[in-house]
Amino acid sequence: MAEVGDLLAEAMGHSLPVGKVVLVGDCVETSGAFVLHLLLKRCLSLDSSFAVFVALSHPFSHYDRVLRKMGCNLSVQKKNGKLHFLELLDFSARSKENSVDDGFCKLYNEIRKAVETARSKDTKASCVYIMIDDISLLEIAADGSENDVLNFLHYCSTLTSEMDCLLIILNHEDVYSSEEAPRLLAHLQHLSDIEIRAAPLNTGLAADVHGQLTVINKGLLNDDRRSGRRIWNFQFKVKENSVEFFYPGSQH
Amino acid sequence: MAEGLIVRSLRDGSLPGEHAPALCLEDSLPSPLASHSHAVFRHLLTSLLSTGTGTAVVLVAFHRSPSFYLSLLSPTFHNSIRLLDCYSDPLAWKPNHHPPPPSHSPQNITLLTNLNHLPHFLSSILHLAKDLGAQGHERVTVAIDSVTHMLRHAPLPSVLQLLTNLRCHEKISSLFWLIHTDLHEPKVISSFEYISTMIASLQPIVQLPDYANANISASITSLEENYSKAKFNLRLKRRNGRVKLLCEELLIEQGSVKFSSVPSVSSVVAQNLIPKVQFNIQLSDKERMDRANVVLPFEHQGNGQNIEIYDGRRSLSESQNDPSSIKIGGLSEQKRSNNNKSEKGEIHYIRDSDDEQPDSDEDPDDDLDI
Repeated sequence: MAEVGDLLAEAMGHSLPVGKVVLVGDCVETSGAFVLHLLLKRCLSLDSSFAVFVALSHPFSHYDRVLRKMGCNLSVQKKNGKLHFLELLDFSARSKENSVDDGFCKLYNEIRKAVETARSKDTKASCVYIMIDDISLLEIAADGSENDVLNFLHYCSTLTSEMDCLLIILNHEDVYSSEEAPRLLAHLQHLSDIEIRAAPLNTGLAADVHGQLTVINKGLLNDDRRSGRRIWNFQFKVKENSVEFFYPGSQH
Repeated sequence: MAEGLIVRSLRDGSLPGEHAPALCLEDSLPSPLASHSHAVFRHLLTSLLSTGTGTAVVLVAFHRSPSFYLSLLSPTFHNSIRLLDCYSDPLAWKPNHHPPPPSHSPQNITLLTNLNHLPHFLSSILHLAKDLGAQGHERVTVAIDSVTHMLRHAPLPSVLQLLTNLRCHEKISSLFWLIHTDLHEPKVISSFEYISTMIASLQPIVQLPDYANANISASITSLEENYSKAKFNLRLKRRNGRVKLLCEELLIEQGSVKFSSVPSVSSVVAQNLIPKVQFNIQLSDKERMDRANVVLPFEHQGNGQNIEIYDGRRSLSESQNDPSSIKIGGLSEQKRSNNNKSEKGEIHYIRDSDDEQPDSDEDPDDDLDI
């Protein structure tokens, strides 16, 4: 199994986390999309796995190009039934026939059906990921209705416990950094079990280090954790076909 | 001590004619224990169910699946708990033909699919409470995780009315709920605090400036400490209107919760209770001395006799000859001798202690926990 990157895998738990919600946060200065690419590659590289990707931000060709450089052919995975890709660039939950609530209900049921189908084919699938890119576009699709977005995310999170999935959400935190609208971000932070934050370096731009990643693994009450550690902070460098993670000063 | 007070209050329920006691458990993101406020929630559930006095719990589950809560509790408690499942399908999005997940036990889990209809929600809770009562459980506590989720589906007045209706109902002996304070306006939090008899809040041991936008790399040590400890502030409203404050430290170790008292903090909490008003309500040292020198009415007869302060160890007659007794200046001896011979009624006032506050109206029986 190809590891994501030792430090990120260590922070998320070496055994594949299931039944959890992962919130990936980034900002304009430092994009966190590479985390989604890494986790998608990690999932699809397993023999028994399945991924549902809800893409509101980029078309399939974009992700296919990026993952191909990382050694993962999304077209083949899609053809083999390991990837269910929902391209929703023009998605609007409201339509002439549906309210926003109905629109999200249909999207949720499509995701649930895809996961159920995958589970029925291979009940021993070790890894089922549901990935959403990204929340701010979901809110636009909901005509700004924060409550409808939260209802949809709640239903997606129920799949984590009912179907042993991992829900991964990308969120642009600086969109919600104003005092008027921090509530959606706070809701997401309350909902998530693992937070991964990509941020620029405190010291500014650098050629060899592209940013820092903070992982907060809150864990659950019945988690068998060997270590009590919950917070990791390390730096990263995004390469053409991989990502390097290292502690400050330890890059080779 | 805080834990014992809470469990005792929830277990004992209310006196006839009174509303059921209600605990409002508050948390927020700056205390990372927000994710483990459920540890406190679970701890309270376990403590209640293990009292062995016929207590049962109706748990309204919004945040996690019912099977999650059942997995946290010992199987011996499963017969004493009923779960109202508001997590799996609160808005009836799932198709009708969708079978319930196999992990659900149909015996003590009831699925709710129309959360927007609060009267049905209330009747579902009461139905479960009656079911427990029919099985011999004399006391039924309703636990809600959390009212934050309820407020996304119903307006504040409706939720408050529902909680009040639960407190009034004869089948409900006590009530407690969890609320995330950083997801609501202060007036919403205050509204829930007003209808509760106990308010417990989790706060971080180390205050960080801004959790959402914090420079985490610089504060990892503090965050790690906040993950294992928290301040647990409890405010109890007594029937006579007095408010008792407790501040303890909370430790989370391998999923279990431990409380420890922090006496030094309670005095700080008490000092912070002094209302901040525009006029000065504190006394300076000079003002205290001047007040100590004021002779109160009935402490003198105008006859030059000494002011008597009873110290509890000797008779009054001995204290009269005590040279340390305070003498009043400016009274003539003649007046003293005349009053000794007078047969008019006199009032002898003996102050218990020089430290007694003249305006004290504290009920000496207030500390009794009846």
